[in-house]
This record gives sequence, structure tokens and C-alpha cells, in this order.
Amino acid sequence: MTEHNAVRRATPHIYLWIAILILLFPILLVFIASTHTSAEILSAPMPLTPGTHMAENYTRAVLEGNKNLGASALMMMKNSLIMALGIAFGKIIVSLLASYAIVFFNFKLRNFCFWAIFITLMLPVEVRIMPTYKVISDLGLLNSYAGLILPMIVSATAVFLFRQFFMQIPREIAEASQIDGASPMQFFWRILLPMTRTPIAAMFVIQFIYGWNQYLWPLLITTKQEYYTILIGINRMLSGADVQIEWQIVMATTLLAMIPPALVVVLMQKQFVAGMTDREK
Amino acid sequence: MAQQYEFKAKYLPYLLVLPQMLIVFVFFFWPSFQGVWQSFFLQDPFGGRVIFVGLENYTRLFTDPASSYGESFRVSVAFAVCVAALSMIIALFLATQANKKIKFSSFYKTMMIWPYAVATMVAGVLWLFMFNPNVGVIAWFLKHRLGIEWQHLLNSGQAFLLVTMAASWKQISYNFVFFLAGLQSVPVDLVEAAAIDGAGPTRRFWKIIFPLLSPTTFYLLVMNLVYGFFETFPIIHQVTAGGPGKSTSILVYKVWRDGVINLDLGGSSAQSVILMIMVIGLTVVQFRFIERRVHY
Amino acid sequence: MKRLTLALLIVSMVATAAFAEPISIDFWHAMTGKNGDTVQAICDKFNATQTLYKVVPVYKGSYSDTMNAGIAAFRAKSAPAIVQVYEVGTATMMSAKGAVKPVYQLMKETKQKFDPKIYIPTITSYYSTSKGEMLSMPFNSSTSVMYYNKDAFRKAGLDPEKPPVTWPEFFEVARKLKASGMEGGFSTNWISWIQLENFSAWHNQPFGTKSNGFDGLDTELVFNTPLTVKHFETIYKLSQEKVFIYGGRENKANPLFSSGQVGMHFESIGGYANFKNTCKFEFGVARLPYYPEVADAPQNSIIGGASLWVFNGKSKDEYKGVAQFFSFLSSPEIQAFWHQNTGYLPITMAAYELTKAQGFYTTNPGPEVAIKQLLNKAPTKNSMGIRFGNFNIIREIEDQTWEDILAGKISVKAGLEKMVREGNAKLRDFERLNK
Repeated sequence: MTEHNAVRRATPHIYLWIAILILLFPILLVFIASTHTSAEILSAPMPLTPGTHMAENYTRAVLEGNKNLGASALMMMKNSLIMALGIAFGKIIVSLLASYAIVFFNFKLRNFCFWAIFITLMLPVEVRIMPTYKVISDLGLLNSYAGLILPMIVSATAVFLFRQFFMQIPREIAEASQIDGASPMQFFWRILLPMTRTPIAAMFVIQFIYGWNQYLWPLLITTKQEYYTILIGINRMLSGADVQIEWQIVMATTLLAMIPPALVVVLMQKQFVAGMTDREK
Repeated sequence: MAQQYEFKAKYLPYLLVLPQMLIVFVFFFWPSFQGVWQSFFLQDPFGGRVIFVGLENYTRLFTDPASSYGESFRVSVAFAVCVAALSMIIALFLATQANKKIKFSSFYKTMMIWPYAVATMVAGVLWLFMFNPNVGVIAWFLKHRLGIEWQHLLNSGQAFLLVTMAASWKQISYNFVFFLAGLQSVPVDLVEAAAIDGAGPTRRFWKIIFPLLSPTTFYLLVMNLVYGFFETFPIIHQVTAGGPGKSTSILVYKVWRDGVINLDLGGSSAQSVILMIMVIGLTVVQFRFIERRVHY
Repeated sequence: MKRLTLALLIVSMVATAAFAEPISIDFWHAMTGKNGDTVQAICDKFNATQTLYKVVPVYKGSYSDTMNAGIAAFRAKSAPAIVQVYEVGTATMMSAKGAVKPVYQLMKETKQKFDPKIYIPTITSYYSTSKGEMLSMPFNSSTSVMYYNKDAFRKAGLDPEKPPVTWPEFFEVARKLKASGMEGGFSTNWISWIQLENFSAWHNQPFGTKSNGFDGLDTELVFNTPLTVKHFETIYKLSQEKVFIYGGRENKANPLFSSGQVGMHFESIGGYANFKNTCKFEFGVARLPYYPEVADAPQNSIIGGASLWVFNGKSKDEYKGVAQFFSFLSSPEIQAFWHQNTGYLPITMAAYELTKAQGFYTTNPGPEVAIKQLLNKAPTKNSMGIRFGNFNIIREIEDQTWEDILAGKISVKAGLEKMVREGNAKLRDFERLNK
């Protein structure tokens, strides 16, 4: 590079640190709040150093939850986990099969199938919540894991990603395996799937986070505490009527809610970035 | 594609696409069809009485000033554009910084990427907690140290600013990932040649790097607009509930509010149909763009 | 002897378990905190008095969450037997003729002893037809009152035992509280319920035509009177002086009072138990202020809160259990227990007398203020209650417009006109669908 002096070298660090602090500040506040009592949080301004009630608040959040909520963070995180994993695996499996068919097979309805799937791309469930709610209720799937998961695996993002990836694979490989006498499914299992590891991992991260962070849909269809996801629990804690909000429990639960998806992103960062930006190449 | 090798099997491909097609039909086409159907009726909440009203649910949205659909539309556009602009500009700036040959760059990348994992709803809670006029640390600081009265419950400008900041804060990392990847694929020799020709860093950025980033920028623009339009519901729901007045009542929030809380199924369905048409439009634009690039 | 009793107890328990599994009755409600605990305690008591039925209370979130969950469950054919619906939803539930079983009918069919006269008329009339047939069971009834911070009154040199009685006095006191160093003078919850609906009833003025909607669906809102305009203009002016502080919709303004930022606050008497828990100062409860120039003022205030609706399509045995549970709820002891633990009003005179006899009001004068305010005079057609379809939407329009008024986007007069105009359009929609 052409810049040489020390100040110039330091500037990117300074900018990046400012950004990091802005990104971290809200989380830091949440952590501090989760170590105080409700009264301390409400006494404006709230203290900016950690308090002494951390163990107590987290124990209550994890094991009991907010008063009258009837759901502990542990239970709600289990629900969120089931939902996130269900959506991630469900979508990956279904999409892999569909894109395999669309890319590697020549069949009559191929174009129709492609467009039928494709039209769902990017269409968030938010824009058709009421009718989808009715369908789920007609199917008797309110307050069930299937009801939480199935409508969320509709969108075609994964089909699209896998299709792009499959199209880049040289067809000689497929042809060669056919000549060797392998059936299409054998080709799929033995050759294609191992090659697709990176996009699958990336899809897993994206869909896990998408599933864990779903809000509107579970808000609509979970009316039983047993099926609350952690985000719904936080919302219920904040919307209780005629009661003071127990901010310390809300904050402890909020922090807990952020940990699993953040871990997934940080631990699988490499595959995730590669997979996400792959769409662009 | 015709010259490519393809498997020949009669039933297998249908079996393979079956699960996806089932899900698409049951959870996409069926509800979409029902949405269109319901948008032609007035219905009581219990499903007892139903009156066919033709296009009235639609005409009302555009002619009845009380439905304030136009206002909601303008707010949505302004909100989506502001979120897209703010989060993309910041992300691009940070990505150019992180792309320099500096120490700890992988640490910086990790620190920029993790907010992608934060739920939009949680982002709303975080920002509300900071700016809550009663308990918020920043609201207190603004008032008692800077003399700025923070009252987003009444000041629609502040309310808009707050939801925009919350939505952008969460979106920066997504944009950062793409911009960084884009920057890394810019050929180094091209930039160095320009440097030898005497172009300064600013000039190099605008004349060489930025044009090369334009596909990424365009892709992100579409994705960010979609995010601002449709995926920010949790932030509005948590932070402002559409208020003060109707000043932050974006389209997606209005669909939910009218349908779920106000039990106006027909009106809500009509709004859903309009939104669907909009998204499909955006998708087609996006698709054309991507497909063209694929065939380069 | 002891052992024998124990053995008998076990035998009887085994016997009941073997012969009759109690019929489970789902009861969806919106009560949290102390109020939620009390609902649970009452159900436990009922379940302990008999073995045939088991009432299962389930918390479903806010009032609108609970009502919507009930409606959705009805459409999905999995409705609970009992659902708690807030007063705003009354007209909606009434219009759902096939979906609900009216309480008077339930009582008749199950041959449960039922005397509608034991209830306080101002409360039951809210939930009855014009013929006096009770459609839902009053449960947590409240009315709006003024809370004031006695410590703050002392600090401002005001007599803590003499809260302001008229609005002009009230505004003056509010200014003094602000001048004494408080953040602001007063705040209010529920702008429509307290400052429009109760305000109109308290001054014996119509909120809407047709006895506030009781006498027909072709009712119209008429609350944009010179009196309301004047009232709102004063509040707007005080908000410019930061004497009035806006704390948000519904009951979001409560922290302003409990944290001592404002000295006076309007809220439901149902918030009494909550303030007892959260306020670190002495507070008092007073009647709503009135304008002395209005001839009939003060009239009586109207109720809020919620009632219990019974869904259609349950078994005969279930209905028997529901009827028994409702009788149990209406007994003086249970009503007194509910009233004293939550602050909500007792729904029968007997429960009120019992509470008085128990000496509860000598240490807790607050709830009695509310009862007396409600019983101040025999209700007129302006103060029986409110019955409008789409009322949740109308209240939302009022909330939104009130915020626009406070933000200076629209004048008070034009704002009130807008509330009436847009509200009337929603009433016409409802009329059209329910003719």
C-alpha cells in the first residue's frame, strides 16, 4: 500500500473499535441490568456497573421465569431449539431433494415446479399471516411443533442456493457415475452430498438463526405456555397488564436468548460467510 | 442447459420434488388463494356472517382517509430506504476499513458478524431499553446531560429515528459480510496500477472499487429494502406499536394490527394481497439480475 | 383414631378417583401478578369444595390476546368453556349469537339457583340485554379513580387529606406539584375510558346516542362537546408546560406515578394492589374531579374490567359445572376475598357489606372510594355503560388522535371531531355486518 505513516495505519483500528463498541453497548447494558434488582434498574439513571444479583436473577429466569408466565427460560429455549433445528434440517433436506431433481433430471413438469417453488422466494410469512393461520388452524396444528415449523420451510432460498451450486458441478461426474452403473440416488448419496458440505453448513447457520429468531408466527399460533419460544416469553413478560415489568428477569432472559444463535454464527463463521456470499459468485 | 447431461428416470424426479411441492402448495398457494378469496368479503370474527363486497376492501384502502393506507405506505418506503441507506453506508465504510492489510483483521470480522445472530425482536427490546423515557440510560443521559427531551411516545421524528437505528444496527453485519466479500474479490493489481498512476485513495475507491462492487450493492439494496419493508415487524411491535399517532405504522404492522387485533379479516387480507404482489415484483427484478450474472 | 380418619380419607379419595374423574373446565383469563395468583386461589377453593368438576385457569396474555385466542379457538373448534373478555369486547361477544351461551340461559338450563337482583345494577347492566337478561358473568369490574401521592402533597405544602374535587382545583394542584420540584403534575392511563367515557358519564352527558349504544346498532358518537373540547384543551396546554406528562397508551403511564415523577394519576381501581406493591410512598385514592358548572355532575362513574363468557357447544355436564362455578364466584365470601386481594369491585351488595363489616376499609379506604363513586347516583342513560361494536378499533383511533393532538399536529377541536367521524364509520361497519 502507499500510505506509510503511523496515524494512517491506526485509523482503521480506531474506526473499527468505535463500531465494535456501538455494536456491543446494548448487550453490555443488558448484562449489567441482568445483575441488578428491579428497583435498581428503575432508579434513573440505572447503575452502569454490574450488581450483585446475577446468580439470583439467572437462576430465577432459567428455572422459573417471570411471575405468572408459567414458562421457564429453560423450557422456552428447548422450544426455540426444536423450532430452529426443525426448520434448519427440514428445509435443507426438502430443498436438497427438490433442487437435485430440478438440476439433474429432465422431466415434464420441471419448469412448472421450478416456477412454483421460485415464486415463494423472499416472500416472508409476514405478508400472508392471516390466511396461513387459518390453514394451520384447519389442519389442527395450532400449538404444535409441526405448526411452528412447517410454514417456515416454504421459502425457496435454500432451493435456490443448492440449485446454483449444483449447476456449477461438471456434468461429466454425473455421466461417469451413470456409466459405472450407479443409480441416481447412489450418485446423490455418495458423490453429490459430500461435495455439497459447505453450502449445507452455510444453509444450516442461516436457517438455524432464521428459525431461532422467528417472532410473528409463534406469536400468533402459540397460546399454550408449553409451546412458547424464548422470544414469545420475552414479549409476554413485557406485555403483562397492571403489573410492574420485572426488567432484571427480562434482561437475563434476553441475554440467554442471544447466546445460542451467536455461538452458531461465531463457531461456523467460515462456512457461513462462504455460503452466504457464494450466491454472489 | 440442453447440452448438459441429465438423468433419465420416470418417477424419481417427481418423488424428489414432492415434499417441497407439498409444502409450497399447502403453506403457500392454499393460504395465498384463501387470502385473495377472503379479501372480497366482510366477515365477523367468529366466522358466522360473511358478506360478499367485491373490491370494496381494496377501494377502501385507497379512498378512505381513515384507513390511512397511503400514509402507511409512505412511512414504509421512508423507513425501508433510511434503514437500507444507513446500514449499507456504515457497513461499506467498515468493510473498507477491515479489508485493509491490518493486524487482528479476523478478530474484527468476528466482532462485526455476530449481530447477525441477534433476533430483530431482541434488537427492538435492546433499543427500547436504552431509550425508554422511564428507565432508559440514553434517554436519561440526553435529558440530564445534553438537555434533549427524549419522548418518542409523542415525538414522531424521534420515534422514527429510534426504529430506524434499531433496524439498521442489526442489519449492518449482514451488509458487512457481503461488502467484505465483494472487496476481497477486487483485483489488487488493478488498484495498485491506479495508485502508481497517482490516484489517491478516495479517487481509487470511487473510480475503481465502487463500480466493481455495484452488483453486490444492487443485491444488498434489494435485500435491505425487503428487510426494511417486511422483516422489521418485531421492532415496530416492541418499540412504538405504530405510534405516536400512526407515524411508524408500516404496512406489515398494519396487516397484523387490522387482522389480528382489530379482527378485520377482509381488510387485512386485501392488504396481504397487495404486499404479495409487491414482493413478487421485487423478486422478479432480483431474479432477472441474478440469472443474468449467472450466465456471464 | 387419627389413623382411622386417615384411612377413611384415603379410601374416599381412591373411591372418588375410581368412580368419577372430575370434569375439567377450561377457564382462559388475562390476570397476572397478584391478580393472577388470586384467580388461581379462587379456582383451587372451588375445586376443593366439590369433586365433580375441576376448573383449570390458564393465563393467555393481555386482554386482547385472551379474547383473540378465544375467538381463534372457537373457529378451530377447540374453545374453552369460559373466557374472560374485557369490556371493550362486550358488543363483539354479544353479536356472536351462535358462539356464546348467555349466562341467564345457562342458569335456566342447568336449573342453577340464580337471582340477578343480588348483583350491583351498575355492573350487571353493562353485560345485560335491554330486557335485563344477563349475557355474561361480571368478574373483575373496576372503575377509574384518581391516585395521588400524599408525600408529594406534603412537600408541596398541600393538605394530603384534601385531594382536589373539581377540575379547576385539580389543575391548580397539578401546577403546584410541578412547582414543588416534581418532574410533572399528573398523568393518565386509558385516555378513552377515563377521560372520555367516564368523563361523560360522570358529567351525565352522552358519549354516544341511543343510550351509549344500548338501544340499537344505529348509534353514533357525540362526545365532541364544548365541555370535552375545553377539558382536552386545558390538558393540552398543561402538557406544553410539562405539568401533564404523557406516559403511553393503555396502562403504560403507571411507572410515572409509582416512580414519583408525577404527583397525581388516573388509573383503574384494579391497579390498587399493584401500586401498593410498587409505590415507596404513601398514596391516596380520590374520586374523579368534575366541572362544577355542569348541573348534574357528579353523576356516577361507569365500570371497566372484564366479564366471563361461556362458549357454545359444550356438554351438559360441563355447563352444570360452569353454572356451579359462577354461583360460587358470586357468593359473598368469594367476592369479598377477590375484592380485598385485588382492588377490583365486589359484584354483589352482600360482598360489599361483608367487606365493610370485616373492617377492611378502615385500613384500605381506596377501594371503597371507587364503590361509592360507582353508586353515587342511580345510573341514567348516559351512565349505564358503553356498548359499541368495533370498540377496540374506535379506542385505537382515539389513542392515535390523542397523540397527534399532544404532538401539536392537529387542534383539539379538529382532533375530537376526527375521533367522532372515524369512530362513527367503524360503527356503521359493525351495523352493516350485524343487521
